[in-house]
Amino acid sequence: MDTVQIALPLPVLPEGWAGEKDFKAIGSLSQATDRNIEPVGPHFLAHARRKRHKRTFSEDDRIQAQANVKKVEDDDAGEISEPEDPLLLQREAKDWKTQDHYAVLGLSRYRYKATEDQIKRAHRKKVLKHHPDKKAAAGQAQDDQFFKCIQKAAEVLLDPVKRRQFDSVDEAADVEPPTKKESQKGNFYKLWGKVFESEARFSNKQPVPKLGNENSTKAEVEEFYNFWYNFDSWRTFEYLDEDVPDDNENRDQKRHVERKNQNARRKKKTEDTARLRKLVDDCLSLDVRIKKFQQEERAQKNKRRTEKEAEQKRLAEEAAKKKEEEARIQAEKEAAEKAAKADSKKAKEAAKNAAKKNKRVVRAAVKEANYFHGAGDAPAAQIDSALNDVDLIITKLDNEELATLTGKLNGKTDAGEITTIFQEEVKRLLGAGKLKDGEAKSLS
Amino acid sequence: MSAQQNPAQRVAIGISFGNSYSSIAFTSGEGRAEVIANEDGDRQIPSILSYVSGEELHGTQAKAQLVRNPRNTVAYFRDFLGQEFKSIDPSPCHQSAHPVPQESTVAFNIRDTPEEKENTVTISEITTRHLKRLRNSASDYLGKSVNSAVITVPTNFSDAQKEALNKAAKEAGIEVLQFINEPVAAVLAYDARPDAKLADKIVVVADLGGTRSDIAVIASRGGIYTLLATHHDYEVSGFQLDQVLIDYFAKEFMKKNKSAGDPRENERALAKLKLESEAVKKALSIGTSAAFSVESLLNGIDFTATINRSRYELLAIKQIAAFTRLVAHAVEKAQLDPLDVSEIIVAGGNAHTPKVASALSAAFPETTKVIAPSTSPTAINPSELAVRGAAIQASLIQEFELEDIEQSTHPMVTVTPHLSHAVGVLCISGEESHGIFHPIVDAETPLPVRRSAIIATPKEGGDVLIKLAEGARHIKVTKPEPKPKEEKEKDEDDSDEDEDESEEEIREKTWKVGKILSEAALRGLQKGAKVEVQVNIGADLSVNAIFREVGGKGGVRGILQGQKGVNGSA
Ligand SMILES: Nc1ncnc2c1ncn2[C@@H]1O[C@H](COP(=O)(O)OP(=O)(O)O)[C@@H](O)[C@H]1O
Repeated sequence: MDTVQIALPLPVLPEGWAGEKDFKAIGSLSQATDRNIEPVGPHFLAHARRKRHKRTFSEDDRIQAQANVKKVEDDDAGEISEPEDPLLLQREAKDWKTQDHYAVLGLSRYRYKATEDQIKRAHRKKVLKHHPDKKAAAGQAQDDQFFKCIQKAAEVLLDPVKRRQFDSVDEAADVEPPTKKESQKGNFYKLWGKVFESEARFSNKQPVPKLGNENSTKAEVEEFYNFWYNFDSWRTFEYLDEDVPDDNENRDQKRHVERKNQNARRKKKTEDTARLRKLVDDCLSLDVRIKKFQQEERAQKNKRRTEKEAEQKRLAEEAAKKKEEEARIQAEKEAAEKAAKADSKKAKEAAKNAAKKNKRVVRAAVKEANYFHGAGDAPAAQIDSALNDVDLIITKLDNEELATLTGKLNGKTDAGEITTIFQEEVKRLLGAGKLKDGEAKSLS
Repeated sequence: MSAQQNPAQRVAIGISFGNSYSSIAFTSGEGRAEVIANEDGDRQIPSILSYVSGEELHGTQAKAQLVRNPRNTVAYFRDFLGQEFKSIDPSPCHQSAHPVPQESTVAFNIRDTPEEKENTVTISEITTRHLKRLRNSASDYLGKSVNSAVITVPTNFSDAQKEALNKAAKEAGIEVLQFINEPVAAVLAYDARPDAKLADKIVVVADLGGTRSDIAVIASRGGIYTLLATHHDYEVSGFQLDQVLIDYFAKEFMKKNKSAGDPRENERALAKLKLESEAVKKALSIGTSAAFSVESLLNGIDFTATINRSRYELLAIKQIAAFTRLVAHAVEKAQLDPLDVSEIIVAGGNAHTPKVASALSAAFPETTKVIAPSTSPTAINPSELAVRGAAIQASLIQEFELEDIEQSTHPMVTVTPHLSHAVGVLCISGEESHGIFHPIVDAETPLPVRRSAIIATPKEGGDVLIKLAEGARHIKVTKPEPKPKEEKEKDEDDSDEDEDESEEEIREKTWKVGKILSEAALRGLQKGAKVEVQVNIGADLSVNAIFREVGGKGGVRGILQGQKGVNGSA
C-alpha cells in the first residue's frame, strides 16, 4: 500500500506537555465489525497463509466463526404475506382499472406507504406462486388471468407516475373523518390524526405537520392549520379518465373524449380542494384547543385588565390620600401661622400695654421727681422741658429698655434717686449715640 | 471421471455461467487472462441448448432455435439450479422450454433424442450438458483437456445452489476449485491489470444482466475485498430494455401494416422481434443508429426499420433510471453516501449501453469514477469482467490441493474484524484553531492492518504533537445562497427545471474528530522536516504506533492495549 501523504502540518507541542517516553495512551478503538472477507485475489492468499498457520478447521469452527458476522444478503422470505381473497383470484386482467393493485400484490396494509423494494419483493413472491407454469405443474387449468393482474399491478405500482395516478384515487387508503359525536367522545386527536395522516400522502411538501394532541402549543396548532389551509397537493385524477379511442380513424371523437377528460379532471381537482378545505374547517370547528387558546387568551386579557384597573385604583387612592395629606398639612400650617400671628398681636398689645404702663410709670416718676426741679413747685417751663425730655427718652427706648427703666423707677419716691436714674439713662443713651449732645438738657 | 485432480495435472480455466451468456477464460503463462472464443467465434456464449432431431445445438446456434423450435430449446436456466420448483420464477422461459417440477427439483420436458421422444431432463443434467460444451470449447482452444475451473456465481447464490452447480460440473468433468462472487471477480479483473495501483477505495459493481440486476458495494482495502451490501432486482434487466425496442418496432410495424395485427401476439413473430431487438440494442451500443430487419415477421410480411440511439435512450429512460436507483439504494444499504464511492464498475452485457453509464455518472458526484466502455477508454469489456476474474483466481490457486483451498476459504480465515471508524491524525489547517482529522486507515479495513503516513510539520520545525484519533465521515451540506430571481426577458414558459438545478445544494465529504486514542511528542525537528507515522492495528484492536522524523534518528513508539479474548492469532 502507498503511504498516505498529508500536507496539513502537525500542531506545535503545547508548553508543558509531558508523557512517559513522549507518549500518552488515551483511548481505545471502538468495537470492530465482524465481516467475511472475499477469499479472492493474491492479497487474500497472503492473508490466509498468515491466519491459517497450517491449521485445520472443523465444522464447529465454521459455525463459531460465523456467529457474529454482519449479514450482507437480504432474507428472501419477506415480511409481506396476507391471505389471498378468493374473489380477487378470480379477477380478469381486462378489468385492471378497477382492481386494487395493492391487494393483488398482498400489500393492502401498506398501500401508499409501501416502498419500491417492498413492491418488488411482493411482486416476485406473487410471480413465484401464480406464474401459469406453476399452475400447469399443479394440474390446474391454464388460466393466466390472475397472473396478468399481478403483472398489471406491478406495472402500475413500479412506475412512479402511474403509481401516483393510482394512489390519487386509492379510496382504500382514505380515512373517513369522524362525525361530530365521535370527535367529541374524547378520541378527537386519534381519529382526526389518522385522517390527516392519510391526506398527507398527497402533499408535495414533506414532512407534513401532525395534528398533535392536547399538549400541543398554540404555535404548533396554528402551523398545522396554516399548512392544511395552504395545502399543496399532487393529487390528480387521470386514472379515472374515460378511455381515449386508440385509432387514428376517428380524430374528432378522440379529441372530444380528451377534452371531456380534461374537464373532468379539472372538476374533480376543484372538488377535491373544496373537500379538503371543508375537512379542515370541520376539524378546526371541533378542535377544543382553539376554544382553549381563546379562553386562555381572554383570561389573560381579563387578568391584565383587572390588574390594570386595580393599579389605576391604587394610584387614584394614593393620589387622593396625598392630596388630603397635603391639605391637612396646609391647614395645620395655616392654623399655626394664625395662632402665631394671634400670639404676636397679643404680645404686641401686651407689650404696648406694658409700654403704656411703663411710660405711665416713667412719666409718673417725673412727677414724683418734681420735674427735676428740686424743692418747690416746678415752673411750667421746667415741667414742659422735663416732660418733653422724658418723652424723648421714651421714644429712644425699645420696650425692653423701657421695662428695665420702669423696673428701676418702680416704687422709687425719692426725687433725687429718680433724677439720678434718669440722668444715668440719658448718659447711657448718649453713650450709645441714641441721644445727641444738647438733647434732654433738663437731665444732663 | 476422477473426482479429484492431482494439482500437477490440472488444466484450470475460469467460467462465468450466466442466465443469458457464459464465458470461458484462461490465464496465460505471463499471467494475462484471455477470454476464449468457441467454435462459433463467440466469447459471449448464450447459455442455451437446443435439440433438433436429437442433435444438440449450443450457444448462438441454439439461440437461433428460439424462433423455430422454442419448446425444444432450454434457455435462461441458471437460477433454477439447486432450487425447488416453488421458488423459481419461470418468466424468463416464456419463449423457450418451460420448467416443470421434478421431484424436489426443476426439469424440462424436451425431445432431445433422435427418437423425438419427450424426455424429462433435470436442471442438473441441462447444466452438465452446457458446462460440457464450454469445457470442450476450452479444451479445443487450449489443446489440452480442461479438468478444473473457478466458477463465478451471484452473491446471493445459496449453499444449495453452489452444491448443485458443483455436482453438475463434476458430471461434466470439471472439478470446481472455488466459487467466487461475480462482482468480486470483476474487481479482481481490474486490480490484476499490470498498471493497476493498490488503493483503499469503495467500489460499486453494478451489473445489468439479461434477466436481473445485481449491485454490490465492496470495500477494497490493500487488495482485500469485503462485501458491504448487495442488492438484487429481477424487474430491472436487459430483457426490459429489449422489451422497449420490441414494443417500439411492433408499433412501427402496425403503423405500416394496419391490417396485419400485433406481432407480439404471435409467438413466432415475438421470438423474431425479440432476437432482432436485442441485436439492435447491441448495435446501438456502438453506432448512433441501427437497422432492424426481419424477414417474414408476420403473415409473410418482411419488416425493416431504423432507430437512432437518442430515440432508444428516450424510450428506455424509465428502465435506465430504475437501474440508477438500484445502485443508489445499494449504497444506502451499505450506510454510505454517494460521495464515499470511488468507483462504479458497470458490468454485465448492458453496461455496453452508453446511457446506462452516463445516467450513473449524472446521478453520482464527480468524484465517483464510472467505469464502462463509453466512459473510460481503458475499460475492460463488461461482458468479460467476471470470467477474467475467475481465470485469474484459477491461476492463483490451481496448484493447491482442494482440501487446502477449502481450509483457506474457511470462515475461520475469512471472518475478520473490520474497523468501525477511520483512524488518523489531527493536523492544523489555516482557518481552524483545533485539529482537522486526516485518515490513515479507512473504516471497514479488515484487521490486522499496517498503514503509514508522511505528514508535514510547521515551517520552523521544533516540537510537534501527534494525536491519533478515530474519525467519523461527515457529509457537509451547504445550500447555496438563493439567487435573486433573474429577470426573464422572454420565453415565459422556459422550463423551471434549469432553475432547480442551479440551486442544488453542495455536498462535501468531511471528517468529525471522534475518540482521541493517543498523544505523542516529537522534539527538535529540523526546519521543513516531515514526520512518518506508522500504525499497526491488531485483530484484537491493539494499536502499535511508531512516530519518527523522516531521515532522523530515534523516534517514539506507543502501544494501546487491545481487547482481551479477541482472536488475535493473525
Ligand atoms: N454490446 C451490448 N450492448 C448492449 N447490451 C448488450 C450487449 N451485449 C450484451 N448485452 C446484453 O446484456 C445482457 C446479458 O448480459 P450478461 O452479463 O451476459 O447477463 P447474464 O448475467 O444474464 O448472463 C443481455 O440483456 C444482452 O442483451
